Amino acid sequence: MAASLREYRARIRSTQATKKITRAMELIAASRIIKAQQQATAAAPYARELTRAVSAVATFSNVDHPLTTEAENPTRAAVLVVTSDRGLAGAYSSAVLKEAERLAEKLRGEGKEIDLYVTGRKALQYFNFRQRPLVESWTGFSDKPAYENAREIGNTLVASFNTDADDTEAEHPERAVDELHIVFTRFKSMLVQTPDVIRLLPLEVVEGEEQPEEGEVLPLYEFEPSPSEVLDALLPQYVNSRIYFCLLQAAASELAARQRAMKSATDNAEDLIQKYTRIANQARQAGITQEISEIVGGASALADATAGSE
Amino acid sequence: MADSTLHVELVAADRTVWSGEAKTIVARTVEGDIGVLPGHAPVLSLLVDGVVEIDTADGETWIAAVEGGFLSIADDRVSILSEDAQMSHEIDIEKAKADVAEAEADGLDSEEAQERLQRAQAKVRAVERAG
Repeated sequence: MAASLREYRARIRSTQATKKITRAMELIAASRIIKAQQQATAAAPYARELTRAVSAVATFSNVDHPLTTEAENPTRAAVLVVTSDRGLAGAYSSAVLKEAERLAEKLRGEGKEIDLYVTGRKALQYFNFRQRPLVESWTGFSDKPAYENAREIGNTLVASFNTDADDTEAEHPERAVDELHIVFTRFKSMLVQTPDVIRLLPLEVVEGEEQPEEGEVLPLYEFEPSPSEVLDALLPQYVNSRIYFCLLQAAASELAARQRAMKSATDNAEDLIQKYTRIANQARQAGITQEISEIVGGASALADATAGSE
Repeated sequence: MADSTLHVELVAADRTVWSGEAKTIVARTVEGDIGVLPGHAPVLSLLVDGVVEIDTADGETWIAAVEGGFLSIADDRVSILSEDAQMSHEIDIEKAKADVAEAEADGLDSEEAQERLQRAQAKVRAVERAG
């Protein structure tokens, strides 16, 4: 009995150690969410002004730009999957990957080939394990993306989009994609984050979130040097800014998911500790009871023996 | 419009660098330097790597280095957007000077090297103008 009591105590101790770790991770995630949200708020003015400018150019000029033109016969789609670098965030990464698989299935059904681009070590592992070829991957910034990361991703994707399929001289003729989709997790609130797909290219300039208010009349801009050149410079920046937005949303979602996962792990650890404490107490009581009955039994046996000999 | 001011927002991709009221703004676009006073016609113009000078309504002068981007003016609202923008007092002058030297040492064959040089020079200029 004493042996099993020691066993239970060891279990309680190890659960307590685990609980300390999960509690710490929960608190870290919670404080980082605030930072991630601040980052998203700080990035909002840029996205808003950029959207205004792009819609101004789009409204006042009829310039056709490769990034806004729909391919007549799209045959190749790029998919950017945004996941986390680390686990212990519940179903966060697997939900995104599931959504990505669904999208891939749909695109394949439409007769498009798929180029995979991923961010986050989890997606990298997932696709490498299944031996699915990745065109490019980025890791190491999933919980605090910098604009630099978004710019790098954006430049790569825009370059692959701009590559003309007919142009065999192009550096990577096989990479000419007609569409670009992003799979990421939208941060709706601290409690709700949902995996989401947006089609980034060809651009539809009017996007739900940063749309200028209804009734706001855009001023009649003069464009320097010319509308098409302004658009040339603006659109890649717009794409980068959209990607940055997605990365920030994904980062906040990842942290929220991690906080929740760690909260429930801590709660579970508490339950376990309580359960083990009760069992350990029972074992201790049983041990004491047994000892008492042994002493009583021994004493009465001794009393019987002396009574018999007299 | 004589006593009106411009509402300026200098925004980098990840933060608002400066915002407030200003009397004049001087920035360098691809077409050349542009000076903006209140009542300016709506313009959307591309910027080159360079220096933006803001004379605030309180008579202060702020200098910022921007990395490309663009300038939009409408109804006395000026937005200067750049993927990377820094106010002169935020720039690490030693590092900027080192960057200039490094970029020059690398040679100026590639477009990329020239861009790097321009960016670093813009930062140095911004600090010198402010100093």
